[in-house]
Formats: sequence, structure tokens, C-alpha cells
Amino acid sequence: MSLGPYATFIVTSYALVAAMVLFLIGWIVLDYRRQQQRLRELEASGVVRRSGRSATETR
Amino acid sequence: MTLTTTLTDLANPTKFLSLTARLLPWLIAATAILLLIGLYMSAAAPDDYQQGATVKIMFIHVPNAWLSMFVWGVMSIASLGTLVWRHPLADVAAKSAAPIGAAFTFLALVTGSLWGRPMWGTYWEWDARLTSVLILFLMYLGLMALWRAVEDPSRAARAAAILTLVGAINLPIIKFSVDWWNTLHQPASVFRMGGPTLDRAFLLPLLVMAVAFSLLFVTLHLAAMRNEILRRRVRSLQMMQAGQQAA
Repeated sequence: MSLGPYATFIVTSYALVAAMVLFLIGWIVLDYRRQQQRLRELEASGVVRRSGRSATETR
Repeated sequence: MTLTTTLTDLANPTKFLSLTARLLPWLIAATAILLLIGLYMSAAAPDDYQQGATVKIMFIHVPNAWLSMFVWGVMSIASLGTLVWRHPLADVAAKSAAPIGAAFTFLALVTGSLWGRPMWGTYWEWDARLTSVLILFLMYLGLMALWRAVEDPSRAARAAAILTLVGAINLPIIKFSVDWWNTLHQPASVFRMGGPTLDRAFLLPLLVMAVAFSLLFVTLHLAAMRNEILRRRVRSLQMMQAGQQAA
């Protein structure tokens, strides 16, 4: 596949989109782990939800 | 099951989290498969007789541009949910969508600029379409700043909902800017009266990529909403802890 004289513009566009999508995925995964960790720490310190159910429960 | 019953059921964050946990693996798989198919079709698409291979930028630029507006539309409906129906997850939905919408808008602007340089001879032109999309990007950033600046979540939710609905005025301006004003940006070539003007060889990969990016948004949005619900649980447990310590 030849991208012609403007290959740099095409490759940069696709690379930027890939980088941003990977950044979004990474940010969301790390945020999920951070929130779960904070909830586990709070539960370990003895704070429980009014319902008595685990705060980290997502199912 | 009626739509009202479904929405009422989903008002319970625990039920929403349970649904998200079941849906996410399927959505991730569907998004990945469709993205791979879309990328293959984009690579295999022929060169345009005028634009050459730069037409391949269209397969990522256009889905991002569509989603930049679609996400604000989703946030506008969620804002109605906050202000009118006071749905507990409406603000969660709007707040979680904003950074994703900002990312899509940023990509639409940058890929458009990279497409414009070889085709128009310039990275940027202050024409109506480009300027109105830049305004949309700045509005996304403004909304994200507002959510961070107001500490009380319910006050932040109402202020953000009003700003979102006011900002929705920009959506028809973006859509019709190429018809209302004389712009460097080309007019609509897919969603237009009389049908698409694009050849099938370009239209099919474009539509597959558009569906793939839409699925990507749904997947990221559900995951971000799950995070926001957990963040609010952290906040309420921290407040309970502070209350216990004060007592």
C-alpha cells in the first residue's frame, strides 16, 4: 500500500487517533482501579454502606 | 418491559453497575472486532482521483466529527434528565461523557487540520465549520472545569446541565454552517437530502468506522459512568467516616 507524497499526514492522523484512544482506555482503567482501592481502604477502616453491602461490589 | 420501567430500574446505581459488568465484555469484543474490520477496509479502500491517499484520513476524521456532536447530544438529553426528571444517573452520564466528547472533538480538529494542509494548503482557516467545532471543544473544556470547580455535586450538576442545554444551540450551527455560510469546508456528503454523494468504495469503510467509533464511545462511556458511581460511593463513605470521627 503506497500512501503517496502525503504519507506523513495520513500516518500522523492515524497515530494520533490511536494514541488518544489508548490514553482514554488507560485513564478509565486506572481510574477504576483507583476508586476500587479507595473503597477497599475505607471498608478496611470500618466504614460500611447503610445497606451493609460491599462498596466494591459491581455485580 | 416499557422504557419507563427500564429507566426506573437503571435509576438504581447497583443495578446499573450489575448491567454494566455484564455488558462491558461483549461491548469491548464487538468494538475491537469492528475497529479491526474498519481499519482493514480503510487500508484497502482505493485512492481518490483528486485527493489520492489522503482520503484515508476521512475514515477517522468523519467518525470523530460526528461523535463530537453526538456526545454533546447525549449530554443534552442527560441534562434534561437532571433538570426535569431528576434521574440519579443523568448527571453521572453527562459528567462521564464530557472528557470522551472532548477527546473526539480534539481528534476531529487535529485530523481535519492534517487533512486540510495537503488539500487546502492550510492547517487552519477561520471558517464557520472549523470555528464552530473549536467553540464546541472549548465548551467541553469549560464544562469539565465547571464540574471540578463546584464542590457540591448537586449544584454542579444543575449548573452543568443548564450550560449543556445552552451549548446545544451550537449543534445545528455546526451541522448547517457549511450550508448557511460560504466555507472552505466541504458540504455534507453522507447525511444529506438526496442521499450520499460518496462512492460505495469510500462509503462502506466510513460507515463501518463510524459504527466502530460509536461502539467505542458506548463502551468508554459505560466504563466511565461505572467509575463515577464508585467515586460518589467513595465520597459518601468519606463523609460517613468524617461524621463518625466528629461524633
